[in-house]
Amino acid sequence: MPFNSELIHPNRRSIIVAGAAVTVAPALLNMANAQTTPIKIGFPVPLTGAFSAEAQDQVRAAEIAIKEFNDAGGFNGRKAELLVRDDKLNPGEAATRTLELIEKDKVDFVVGSLSAATQLSINAVCRDRKIIFNSISQSDAINEAKDWSLYTFHEALNPHLTAGAVARYAFPKFGKKIVYLTADYAYGHEMVRGFQRAGQSLGAQTLADIRHPIGAADYSAFLPRIQALKPDILVLCNFGRDLVNSAKQVTDFGIKANTKVIAPVLLYTARQAGGAEAFDGVLGGTSYYWGMEDKIPAAKAFNDKFRKAHGGSVPSDYGALGYAGVRSVLQAVLNAKATDSVRVSITLRQLRYNWYKGEQFYRKCDHQSIQSVIIVESKSKNMKDKYDVFNVLSIESPDEKNLRSCDEMGHKVSA
Amino acid sequence: MAEITLQLLALQLMTGIALGAVYALLAIGLSLIFGMLTVVNFAHGAFFMVGAFFGVYSMGLTGNFWFSLLLVPMATGAIGLLCERFLVRPLYGRGIDYPLLLTFGLSYVLIEAMRIVFGIEGLPSSTPSELRGAVNLGFGYFPLYRLFLIAATAVIVFALWFFIEKTRYGLIIRAGSRDPEIVKVLGVDIANVWLLVFGIGTAIAGLSGLLAAPTRAVNPEMGISILAESFVVTVVGGMGSLPGAVIAGLLVGIVFAMTSLFAPEYAEMSIFVLMAVVLLVRPQGFFGKAGLMS
Repeated sequence: MPFNSELIHPNRRSIIVAGAAVTVAPALLNMANAQTTPIKIGFPVPLTGAFSAEAQDQVRAAEIAIKEFNDAGGFNGRKAELLVRDDKLNPGEAATRTLELIEKDKVDFVVGSLSAATQLSINAVCRDRKIIFNSISQSDAINEAKDWSLYTFHEALNPHLTAGAVARYAFPKFGKKIVYLTADYAYGHEMVRGFQRAGQSLGAQTLADIRHPIGAADYSAFLPRIQALKPDILVLCNFGRDLVNSAKQVTDFGIKANTKVIAPVLLYTARQAGGAEAFDGVLGGTSYYWGMEDKIPAAKAFNDKFRKAHGGSVPSDYGALGYAGVRSVLQAVLNAKATDSVRVSITLRQLRYNWYKGEQFYRKCDHQSIQSVIIVESKSKNMKDKYDVFNVLSIESPDEKNLRSCDEMGHKVSA
Repeated sequence: MAEITLQLLALQLMTGIALGAVYALLAIGLSLIFGMLTVVNFAHGAFFMVGAFFGVYSMGLTGNFWFSLLLVPMATGAIGLLCERFLVRPLYGRGIDYPLLLTFGLSYVLIEAMRIVFGIEGLPSSTPSELRGAVNLGFGYFPLYRLFLIAATAVIVFALWFFIEKTRYGLIIRAGSRDPEIVKVLGVDIANVWLLVFGIGTAIAGLSGLLAAPTRAVNPEMGISILAESFVVTVVGGMGSLPGAVIAGLLVGIVFAMTSLFAPEYAEMSIFVLMAVVLLVRPQGFFGKAGLMS
């Protein structure tokens, strides 16, 4: 095949034409942008690491919100697009990925994170660049004045609210003498504070707060002492694999015979990984459990969408947050008729929504989503199928009173 | 803080021994392989993890714990044999860091393999039904399974001791570790002896993984932290010494348990402090021979 001589020896005319094209192209592209550029949502989550199962579920559920928005026609014909990045559960990695998403991929908003530490680093990057960040992971700190900005939104529950709800349910029922087995980092400490604060007015008494290193494989060495203390309630203030391991060993040591075991956050994924036996009878709080669909119509609708998209499986609690986090932002875009973070943040502040678990809204002073807390108990009998792992004991309705006040969070302007 | 009673101390001691049993089992395998082959097996934790996965999987499949107890060490031992024959053997005579780096890489291959086969979340493991529940020891309730774990460790340690000290094969193994050249001259194929030793070491690692599985979460990373602790045990006991591995294993378990009782925050650190102290006073460990690593 002969070479095209023009490619090798370009003549003067073709250079001029090419040059003109290069000059004009950006202008043309800009005109096209308004119609066809997707609305980009950056989604940094820990796809690898200890919380990978939860993170993958967050992605699965978030994609449903994206598809729903696009199927409904998008915003002025502009479709939404999810840019998933792996933050490896590392705050530094999370900051780098978020910076790339904003600077290189030009995302309009960021939703995501799954750990107290990564969400603070993602928030810091978004805050400096004035991009909305809707966090879908538990944290008390993110809504406090020192970390917060007008662009910071918190879709998830926080330890104060979750631990408080569990304490309000469990302490009056099971007794006032409490032992905490706590993972020695911010999450564990925040949870214990939440319990103790709620416990004060209920007359709860802390017998011991035993700290264990995060990621410990064996808890047996702490258990004889807990047995000797004879608490009414043992609170496992740890997360993920730590919770699985400690629940299992607590069961082996027969502690459940005289003591109610509770976990501030009892996750669907942790229960699946730990098995029915280890978690049998363990009580805890969660943001969402699919089984509440018989009480909450929105839950039924969301579950059905998820089942349809993912071969009949049900969404987990953190997964559902991925859906809600993305859907809130996209709804705010429609309400604002704009995609810049300033205008969208105004409509997001005003949003009242019921995506999957009942009425929710963002508190004006700190953008914490006011929402219900579900109290569940793990079961090992009468399970209909492999998804049927919890009994829903109670749903604490959304109430601002259960949060720390705006003043307490350091916000000058109260709601 | 609860009152420290004798009962509590006794229970804590039992907890420590049960913990130490797993450390001892792992350290025996490490020590065996190091003592005979001068290979520091960094994949030992991964074999432990593979054993746990195979164990949970075969228990799920067959519903029989005792059958798995036979099957799993055979499976991990077989993987060990293949690794020795095709990966470790070409590196003999090249210095201690070659097999060390190789097995380090091998551990990541095994971890990734388990992630691919069984998923990143791991498998839920449960205690075999005949060993569930807690028994009253007179000073408190202790999980039956952990008692079984201690007994099983004792049996394995005894069997290994008998094999090495009292049988003809054991004699060859011991001779091979003292002076491989002479053993070769006497007409023994020393390569086969090393193959067997590596196989036994990895079989015990797999067996300890299976035995530990009901007490903890089974996930691809479960071998990483326990490998570090097992190295502490072998260093304290003396590299290459089997009695050292057993005694140091139990000691490390007991130190960990006792520190957990009085100062839980320092429990994890305590075993490394123990190692540092032993190294200062007796650099070769309790039963180690000086100069083995040089």
